[in-house]
Amino acid sequence: MNRQIVQLFGLAIVLFALLIAFTSRWTVFEADELRANSLNQRALIEQQQVPRGLIRAVDGTVLARSEGSGTGNQRVFRRTYPTGSLFAHSVGYSFLTGGSAGLERSRNDELTGARNEFDSIFADLQDKGQEGDDVATTLDIDAQRTAVAALGDRRGSIVAIEPATGRVRVMASSPSFDPNDVPTPRFDQLNREEGATPVLNRATQARYQPGSTFKVVTAAAALDSRRFTPDSIVDGQSGQVVSGTPLANFGGQDFGSITLTDALTNSVNTVWAQVGEQVGRKTLIDYMDRFGFNQDPPLDYPADQMNASGIRNAEGKLRDGGDGFDVGRVAIGQGGLEGQIQVTPMQMAMVAAVVANEGKLMRLRLTERVVAKDGRVREELKPEEQSRVISEESADELGQMMSRVVEEGTGTAAALDGVPVAGKTGTAEVAGAQRNQLWFIGFAPVDNPKMAVAVTLEDQPLGTQGGQVAAPLAKQVLQELLQ
Amino acid sequence: MTGRTRELMGLIPVSLMVTAGFAAVLITRSAEISDATVTYGAVFLGLCVFAHLFLRNRLPDADPYLFPLAALLAAFGLVVIYRIDPELAREQAQWFVVGLALFCATIFFLRDHHALERYRYLIAIGGIALLVLPRLPVIGSTVNGAFLAVRIGPIEFQPAEFAKIAIIVFLASYLRDTGDVLVRARVAPMSWLHQALLYGVPAAVVGLAVFALDLGTAPIALLGVFAVSLTAVLRERPSLKHFGPLLLVWGLAMFMLLVIRDLGSSVMFFGGFLALLYVATARISLVGVGATMFLGGATYFASTTSHVQQRIEVWQNPFDRELFDAEGGSYQIAQSLFAQGDGGLFGQGLGQALLELPGGSNILPAAHTDLIYAVITDELGLFGAAGLILVYLMFVGRGFTTAVIAGDGFSKLLAAGLSAVLALQVFVIVGGVIKLIPLTGVTLPLVSYGGSSIVANMVLLALLLVVSDDARRDHGRMRQGGLV
Repeated sequence: MNRQIVQLFGLAIVLFALLIAFTSRWTVFEADELRANSLNQRALIEQQQVPRGLIRAVDGTVLARSEGSGTGNQRVFRRTYPTGSLFAHSVGYSFLTGGSAGLERSRNDELTGARNEFDSIFADLQDKGQEGDDVATTLDIDAQRTAVAALGDRRGSIVAIEPATGRVRVMASSPSFDPNDVPTPRFDQLNREEGATPVLNRATQARYQPGSTFKVVTAAAALDSRRFTPDSIVDGQSGQVVSGTPLANFGGQDFGSITLTDALTNSVNTVWAQVGEQVGRKTLIDYMDRFGFNQDPPLDYPADQMNASGIRNAEGKLRDGGDGFDVGRVAIGQGGLEGQIQVTPMQMAMVAAVVANEGKLMRLRLTERVVAKDGRVREELKPEEQSRVISEESADELGQMMSRVVEEGTGTAAALDGVPVAGKTGTAEVAGAQRNQLWFIGFAPVDNPKMAVAVTLEDQPLGTQGGQVAAPLAKQVLQELLQ
Repeated sequence: MTGRTRELMGLIPVSLMVTAGFAAVLITRSAEISDATVTYGAVFLGLCVFAHLFLRNRLPDADPYLFPLAALLAAFGLVVIYRIDPELAREQAQWFVVGLALFCATIFFLRDHHALERYRYLIAIGGIALLVLPRLPVIGSTVNGAFLAVRIGPIEFQPAEFAKIAIIVFLASYLRDTGDVLVRARVAPMSWLHQALLYGVPAAVVGLAVFALDLGTAPIALLGVFAVSLTAVLRERPSLKHFGPLLLVWGLAMFMLLVIRDLGSSVMFFGGFLALLYVATARISLVGVGATMFLGGATYFASTTSHVQQRIEVWQNPFDRELFDAEGGSYQIAQSLFAQGDGGLFGQGLGQALLELPGGSNILPAAHTDLIYAVITDELGLFGAAGLILVYLMFVGRGFTTAVIAGDGFSKLLAAGLSAVLALQVFVIVGGVIKLIPLTGVTLPLVSYGGSSIVANMVLLALLLVVSDDARRDHGRMRQGGLV
């Protein structure tokens, strides 16, 4: 009988092992599928019961808070946004119906106090329940107000970042929306409005032609690859043939043989197209990659609310280099069906910031620190270098060239009293050359840069220019931020 | 160190666990350790020390690990039930005291378990009567469509918990007598006619069935195993007189399925019977015949009884929207799986899992009974759940060890049967909660909330200890004698 009893015990071991195997199936291997099951309301219920942390501007102003209602087990929390539409895109929203966006989504774990499994074992011994941490942002409420007021009812975007730290100080996208309306029918209606697309964050999602502001990238590649110096002489005659088609300067102006510095000051297309052709496709794409093109901006923001900048073909797909695009026209921020340069305002602010920060690109961030309810700092974000884009010398030379643009060139409207500003204007013809996309990118002060900015306005009438319309907006925002 | 001292040492981690567990739950509840944790821990330890002293006096040679393991399970159950509802934990603690009293009474009055053999038919009839009780008018009541409970005034009790012990006692006694004669080795070579009949008839029947009836793979496999097993049994020319009881128990199991309509307890009883049959006869063919007969019968009932049919449908499609919303549908098993999905490797911590909907109703139906394993997995994760399973395995292992070293057939069969039926019960309820098999309403022994369950399992433990004391005393003497 003993043999049978031992065999029976063996069977018990097998059966119990089967129990553990199936338990691990649900707890580990298929846990994600279970959580994603549409019948599973646990995550929604739990999220509703957790008071999310506050989101604050850099001066401590509350941008998002949770308001509780009900008592005991029926206590639920709902998000409100005291500043309304002002920070709709950067802060985003979080609702049971309507979903979540912006920082509310990218910092959801911190805001709900979610911990990883190892942390939670210890947290359980101390905490009395789940409570969200506060998120202190880098956003400047006064500068944001200035930017939103400056944009007015025009469509466009303004981005301002600290070149040395990567802090995003302004992220404005116009038109905006009131995140408090997200769970209401009014929101659906608003979202359906033709063309306006208020939910789109133009700062990180729009795909605009950069126009002449892209010449800064071309100039960086030209100087840093040592093929050119600021004093190199190039023929600036209008109507030169680029890739088999004659290219005109703005207003058909002829400049004769001029230096690169003068060519940037006056935004001479023919010079920069030739520079682009001589730099070559491979080098230009290489420098674009270093500036952060062809990938999402390195920002703590939801990936599906960001677009990569770069050369896109007729289907809107990013080209990863190779032949076939008109490098001369891409170099001046244009291009044809086979490959057109398209950028986000965030990317162009990064370009200005790299020149301002001695050629280094810093990781961008909207979060300054994560603070527990008892005031302990859980996470402090330090400035972090993303990549070395160009040499310090090239950055210095390019900065001097850009300061000439504001001193005496196309960007004089951005000049500030007593503070030297560097910049570059842009005017891109869009919609079959019937409308203009206006640009200004720049930084200030030139000798000790504190702030980089990108301003763009879409769908402006023919005859308007970036230097006349966008540059004054940059001036207002820089003035506010440099006070 | 003597066995009893080892038992006392084993109780130390148990009391530590119950104190720490209550502390963890209380911290998450009220952010302060109240006196209640220490009181619970001290009272529980006091009770266990009392039981230990009783064992030291009455059963000095009994297995030293069985009682601490059972106490660990009961303590663990108490903590988890306290976490679900402190009022239920208070009741459960009272039932534990009643169970402990019955445990001591069993040991006190049952000086020699062989006395049970004399009353085996009485015990068998009592067991069956217990099973039928819930079907009686007035006192019977249904749980989820199964007739499992008896309600007299305010007290509800589940007779199946006690019936399982009675039936194991009867089977151990009966199979001890008949196990040897149930099958016997083939004496003479068979004539060609016999052989042709023996192999030809089943083969022809199976072949005909497969061709005539358009059967699926599962029924064909079932039929195949049945035919092969039956042929193997018939080769040994068993006497119908002794073969009869197999049919009787099969009929009883089917009758139970029909009467109490609970697949879980039927599997438990019939599985326990097959385990004992195998230990007594060493014939896997008998198990094959029995198992296929049971599965065949169960399949037939599943297709005719709407309650069982729904249970199986729900088991196969727990995430079907219609079944999920249906009355008595897949809501329970789906929520069980969702809760486990939240558990992960380490769980959310005691007291942290989501048990209530915002409206105050329960998200996990029967969290303290059927789905207590899902709550444990949610809060303590895969590691906590696996730890619990391992404690059960250790308990069952001690039970089977007792069976191995027991001196006589009845003791062996009784210890093995009690261990097997407990293991099966764990498998049936945990397997149901994790969707390995259809979910049924048996309790997780010693852990689930339920007076009958804890009292019956304390009696089961008492029987195991009585057998163990007897076995180890004899075993010790034998070893000593061998040395001299």
